[in-house]
Parts: sequence; C-alpha cells; structure tokens
Amino acid sequence: MPENGKLLEMYRQMLTIRLFEEKVFELYGQNLVPGTIHLYAGEEAVAVGVCANLRRDDYITSTHRGHGHCIAKGARLDKTMAEILGRKTGYCKGKGGSMHIADFSIGMLGATAVVGAGIPIATGAGLSIKLRHTDQVVACFFGDGASNQGTFHEGINLAAVWHLPVIFVCENNLYAMGTRQSRVMLVDNIAERATGYGIPGVTADGNDVLAVYEAAGEAAARARRGEGPTLLECKTYRLKGHSRFDPAAYRPKEEVDEWLKKDAIARFQATLLERGIMTEAEIQKSFHDVKRNVENATKFALESPFPEPHEASEDVYASEERVA
Amino acid sequence: MMMREVTVRDALREALREEMQRDETVFLLGEDIGRYWGGAFGVTKGLAEEFGDERVRDTPISENAIVGAGVGAAITGMRPVAEIMFGDLTALAVDQICNQAAKIRYMFGGQVSVPLVIRTPFGAGVNIASHHSQSLEAWFMHTPGLCVAVPSTPYDAKGLLKTAIRGNNPVFFVEHKLLYPVKGLIPNEDYTIPFGVAEVKREGKDVTIVATLYMVHKALNAAEQLIREGIIAEVVDPRTLSPLDTKAIVKSVKKTGRLIVVSEDCKTAGVSAEIAAAVAEEALDYLDAPIKRVAEPDTPIPFSPSLEKSVIPDEKSIVQVVKNLVSRG
Repeated sequence: MPENGKLLEMYRQMLTIRLFEEKVFELYGQNLVPGTIHLYAGEEAVAVGVCANLRRDDYITSTHRGHGHCIAKGARLDKTMAEILGRKTGYCKGKGGSMHIADFSIGMLGATAVVGAGIPIATGAGLSIKLRHTDQVVACFFGDGASNQGTFHEGINLAAVWHLPVIFVCENNLYAMGTRQSRVMLVDNIAERATGYGIPGVTADGNDVLAVYEAAGEAAARARRGEGPTLLECKTYRLKGHSRFDPAAYRPKEEVDEWLKKDAIARFQATLLERGIMTEAEIQKSFHDVKRNVENATKFALESPFPEPHEASEDVYASEERVA
Repeated sequence: MMMREVTVRDALREALREEMQRDETVFLLGEDIGRYWGGAFGVTKGLAEEFGDERVRDTPISENAIVGAGVGAAITGMRPVAEIMFGDLTALAVDQICNQAAKIRYMFGGQVSVPLVIRTPFGAGVNIASHHSQSLEAWFMHTPGLCVAVPSTPYDAKGLLKTAIRGNNPVFFVEHKLLYPVKGLIPNEDYTIPFGVAEVKREGKDVTIVATLYMVHKALNAAEQLIREGIIAEVVDPRTLSPLDTKAIVKSVKKTGRLIVVSEDCKTAGVSAEIAAAVAEEALDYLDAPIKRVAEPDTPIPFSPSLEKSVIPDEKSIVQVVKNLVSRG
C-alpha cells in the first residue's frame, strides 16, 4: 500500500483523466475536435496504477486510446488538449492529434494508432536500457485486440529471450472495436499467453487501482532487477464506445450496468473515505481543483492558433543530411 | 591518398566496424548476423567476435520486431543497424519501416529523430525466385521520412553506410546481392558521402543513362560497347533515391538531350518512372527524344535461369534502346 500522499496523487490523476475525457467529449460535441476520439474514461486505474510505479526517466508506449497514459505519466494538460484540438501549441505542433501524442521529456515515447505496433518499439526501448546499463523500465500499453497481432508475439518473445525490462500492460476492455474477446480468442485470460514466452503472466482487476499498482510494482521490480518482462493483463471496461460515433450497441445493457458498478474512481474514492485518508470535503476540493485545471488547459488550447499551412512540410526529416 | 582494392562486402563490413569503434551506441541486430554465420551474405562476419554478442545480436525470425526494436532503441539514444536477410522480407516489417520509423519524427512534431539504419539485399540473378530476388526500393522511395541509399561500388557502399549510421534519419540501405563480391578502390582514410549527391560514373555527350545498384555496372558495360557505334554515353548514378539528386540528372540531360533510365525494379510506378517524371517536369524542353526506361517488365521474378535472365535488364537491351533513341536524330 503506497503512503497517503501517493494515494491522494493517484486519486487526483484518475479524476484528472476522467474530467479531461469528459471535456474532450463535450468539445467534440461542439465540433471543436477535428477527426475522431478514443476516450480512456473507465480505464483510469490501469494507466495510473502502472505509472505510479514509474520514475520520470522510465518510458511508456501508448495507443490510439492514449490520453490517459499521457496524463498518468505526467504530461501537461494544456499541451495535450492543444494537440487534440490540432493547435500549434500542442505536444506535436498539431501534426499528431489525439492518436499520436508524445512527450519525450517525460519518457512518453508516443502513441501509435496501428494496433500492436508499440509492442516491438517498447521492446527496443528495453533493449536500449539494457545496452546503456541503466535501471529504467518500459511500460507498454496495448489492448486485448493487439494481443492478436503478430507484433504481440514477435515483440514479447524478443523481450523475453533478451530479458528486457518491459512491462507489457494489456488493457483488456473486452472489445476490439465491436468484436468481443470470446469471438476472437479461446482463452479468457490473455495473461495465459505469457506461458508461451516463458515469462510471468498476471491478471489483475483493472478497475482496482491498488491491485494494478501492486501487480505493476512487482513487474517493475522484476524488470529493474534485470529478470525480464512480465505480461500484466488488466481487466477493465470503457465507459463510452470505441470512438466518437460508436454508441456501443454491441454491449449488453446488463454488462454495462455491471461494469458501471465497478467504476474505478468510485471504488477508490470509497476506499480512501473508508480508511480516513480523504474526507468528503477534500474530495469536493479535489474535484473543483481538477475541474479548474482542465478548464484552464481547455482555455489555453482554444486560444491557441492553428499551425500555418507551410508547417506541414517541416519535421519530415532531421535536416542535416538532406541536400537542398 | 592511399587506395586499396576491396569488395562491396568488405567495404560494408569496414563501415560497420569503424562506426562501432567510433560510437558505442552503434549496434547490430538481425537474423544469423552473429558469430555462427556472420550474416547470410557474410557482411557481419567477425564482428560478433570483435564486439561481442551484446552489440551484434542474433534475433529470432521476426522481421517486424527486428525493425520495431530498432525504432525503440533509436528513439531512446542508440544507433541501431538492423539487417533484414533478404529485401523481399522487408514486406513483413513495412509497418515498422513506413508507419513507425518514417513517421515518428513528423507525427511527434520533431521532438525526436530516428537514427535507424535498415540494411537489406535486393536484386535478382542467383536463381532464387520470387521471394528472394525482388527490387522493392520504390516502395520506400515513396515513403516520406525515409532516406533510401543505393550504392553501386565499394567506395559508395562504405561512404554512404557511414553517413547513414552517423545521420539522424531512418535510412533504408539497399545492397544488391550480385554486388557483394564486386571489387573497387577505397581510401585508407575515414570518409563519408553525403546523401542526395549523384555521381557521374562515366562522362559522355550523346545520351544520359541513369542507373542504380548493379545496373550501374551494366550501364557502364553498355556505354563501353556503344563507343563502337560512335555513341558516347554519360552514366549517372544517383547513389541515393531519397533524397534524389534531380539537379545532377537534369544537368546531364541538358548536356546530352537524351535520357534512358535503367532500373532493376518493376517498370510501373517504379524508380525509373519517378526519375523520368522528374526530368520531364524540369527539362522537357532540353530533350531531343522521348525518355526511355529499361526496367523489369512487371512480372514477379521467375525461377528458371532462362526466365529470370529474360526479365532483368542487360547490356544488350540497354545498347539497343540507346541506339534506337540516338538514331531518331
């Protein structure tokens, strides 16, 4: 169990992700978000529980559903929101958008929108750590859908055989877009696949931040000791559909209701109240603080300019070896 | 400058060895590149013994993970050189090459660069059929964010590979399997060759032949034969396809008034198509005759020697096309 200050920070981060995503959804409804969005709301305990074990110099790789990973790793809300809104002041100067946010200053190695593509990249970051002889670790986030990609097999096997310091975090939210897990794989627990790579596979309640924290903590310690990767499956559920226009009609109402009862933030809040770590008043204050932060970030983003058309041709190459 | 004769294979190995000595972040990964085999074509022979298994890493047969691991290492401070045993197998890693390595810098707003080199042999001529003989460089030339190097001599191979390793862009480094034993002179001193600078491999005045990789040698042989016909051909080797030294090609065309592009890849939407289009855009008024392409006739590469030979451009076809072109007046 982390100390109280850390618990409060974790709570605040989860709340930040939730309110941030609600704001993104609201802005989308106002036609202020170009393209599409894949909201992390509902899965907060995974990113926060994992990243609470990471140092600033540790790495993460992320996915198309990546806003929560950024926030949990310590990314700035204003630059994240500005990127989602396609503004020049965003993390990627408006070139990446919602599905491609990165902040290399905090070890956030970026989100890929190709399902599963981050897995070998995380393995490579782990290889880099090994070759540089540091005790950093990599947390590689991906979904249940990615576990059916070839990259899952290739990337995890390679990390396993080279004993690389990677935590492969499978966010199993039961659906790959609209396809239920049971229709595309015969195992219930994706963590079982770890056996095939000779590494530990652990299934955790992905809606219980303390369970995730503990499981990821063991995986991180193992990685830092140079003992190799772990496949950590976190069972969770998204509050919304796959993307903006998906009402998620493929999910039975009873199932949705069941998962709503297991909402990670409500559960963590109850635990904190019950153990006397937070009071109702503090929870209210947290809520207002976080809401204000999200509002400030939104204001910054909305007031920021769009990039100029000529910027489209910048950053294609590191320039030095191109000739005019 | 002291010069000595080496093969392309040796030149490549020297570049790898010298860059690994020079910079400890340089390391190699690929299938059977280590101490037991030294690479399917022997390029990395001896390097595992010299630098150890940590820096010369044998991998599982996982092309997408080889390149992906290269990408991950490159964005976290290393300079990986990945070998894909046959160029055809880069198809298994196209996502990591084209969607990840090529786009990471751009998508993330220039926060990071991807100093990754992907070495791989292309080309036909050794009767190993459709899955081990293709020339797919146009795929990668078509992908912004990648550099594509296509050396034809030991000198170019060593100098370009050094530039690739020292630079900060992802480089798709093409080797032609028939070139590995080809010999040429290189200096003893350290040198690099900038990307995007073509070389006139033979000066001429009547026709410009642009050729890459092994085709450079066939073009040079053809140019030699054409002298008997009274035709003095200029042979231009772009050396990199991305960036492409259009200026040098256009300069040559302005001098000769005729252009033939010889490339071993398929004709449709291939390297020769791009070079022809670039010249048509910039120097059409200087052309005395239509641009001609000598390229693979849009088939997979067949197995049987008689069939394979029939689809790969050779000296005879180059000579014939040049003669027809020049005789137009």
